[in-house]
Amino acid sequence: MTPEALDALVLSVRVAVVATLLNATLGIPLAYLLARRAFRGRAIVDLAVTLPLVLPPTVTGYYLIVLLGRRGWLGQPLYAATGWSVAFTWYAAVIAATVMALPLLVRTARAAIESVDRELEKAAYTLGRSEWRTALEVTLPLARNGIVAGLVLAFARALGEFGATLMLAGNIPGKTTTVPLAIYTAVQTGEMGEALVLVLALTALSCAVLVLAGRLGARAA
Amino acid sequence: MRLLTLALTVALAAPVRVEAQELTLSVAISMKEAVEALGRRFAQARPGVTPRYNFGSSGELQKQIEAGAPVDLFVSAAQRQMEELGQKGLILAGTRRVFARNVLTVVKPGDSTLDIAKPADLLDPRVARIVIGNPRTVPVGQYAEESLRALGLWDRVQPKLVFAENVRQALDYVARGEADAGFVYTTDAATRARNVKEAFRPPEDTYHPVVYPVAVVRDSTHPALAQAFIQLLLDREGQAVLARLGFQPPRASDARLGSGHPRFAPASRTSRE
Repeated sequence: MTPEALDALVLSVRVAVVATLLNATLGIPLAYLLARRAFRGRAIVDLAVTLPLVLPPTVTGYYLIVLLGRRGWLGQPLYAATGWSVAFTWYAAVIAATVMALPLLVRTARAAIESVDRELEKAAYTLGRSEWRTALEVTLPLARNGIVAGLVLAFARALGEFGATLMLAGNIPGKTTTVPLAIYTAVQTGEMGEALVLVLALTALSCAVLVLAGRLGARAA
Repeated sequence: MRLLTLALTVALAAPVRVEAQELTLSVAISMKEAVEALGRRFAQARPGVTPRYNFGSSGELQKQIEAGAPVDLFVSAAQRQMEELGQKGLILAGTRRVFARNVLTVVKPGDSTLDIAKPADLLDPRVARIVIGNPRTVPVGQYAEESLRALGLWDRVQPKLVFAENVRQALDYVARGEADAGFVYTTDAATRARNVKEAFRPPEDTYHPVVYPVAVVRDSTHPALAQAFIQLLLDREGQAVLARLGFQPPRASDARLGSGHPRFAPASRTSRE
């Protein structure tokens, strides 16, 4: 494996791990709120989270540029204040992967949370538990399998993200070239050997993740 | 029922009656406007002929042809890609001509307040990002790398480099303000004059002349038509359109293959060598 290919592989794993952690932090509370709470703007939040699942990744990438680019709604003030912009950094790859993976976690975890028997939650309330503690001690543990499955899906999606990453993070070898981008470049430049190595590496990694998830699921059940 | 049969007959027969000829041109994207303008004239003079364009970086288009893309004509922004296709016998060597020249320039965003007036200014820490075409596939990136190396700046600007997939993407990164400077051709800069301004032009003796070769692809299904398009690029009408868009005419020396055409060292494979 060439150093460039190894760089891409390491970066891909790093991006996918961080994106999955971000997904857990954002996605699990979001899934809980969507499943258990009626709040203003719930439909809009649901729509916004789900859209990246159905939109072409390039459309999501475009929105991210409009939002986070140097002249973007958030990017402009950030750049004015710090002289730093997220575009074309590996953080951009993390953001793209996070946004693209979020709907997979939220939808899976939400379904799992909705299937938890409400009577058990009510029992916890009657025993004096707050909603916060009930969620942590009753609801989420019972929904654990669905949440783990969602995290695995999110990790796999983050590992394979291409379109939105290319648009927000660019394709800079050693900095933002993840495995899917490296495969694309290798095929474009006719380096089929390098492409094959990366294709096999990504396939092996994805298989490992699925097997691991199967084991986790079996133990949890 | 009879009506249905009639409709079916007409529908099936219709495509056969129109003797349409499609000429597929794979064109270096810096030549987009010029080839489109000439394509319109070409089609006007030949009823039934429709030019189809495939724009991209020359390296990308070269790989497509190597992979068997059904292309009639290849317009490259550098000799290297044409040369490689020639060595593989994928173009009709006798049809190969140089029809235009271009000049490398460095642009900055239209509202940039940075004072970038000479190559060394690229080292200014406020110039945080410089976009060039990916030297592996994009000629303008290859010329930029060559120039930066000759100027002794390549190693020091490396950490600032962002690669684009073709020259128009590089131009767009600058126009959008995502990059502080970028290497493009003067003709590209002119297409976005409202969003970018020229900062400086790298000395022309620091990179090989930017020449545009064209050739008929070996597996072309319309070689005569493709040859006619080459003629249009070379004749007075074609040269006038090219000149209006800022391209320079080829020089006599450009026609001699093997003399003075770029012999690039293998382009760097990563940005961190």
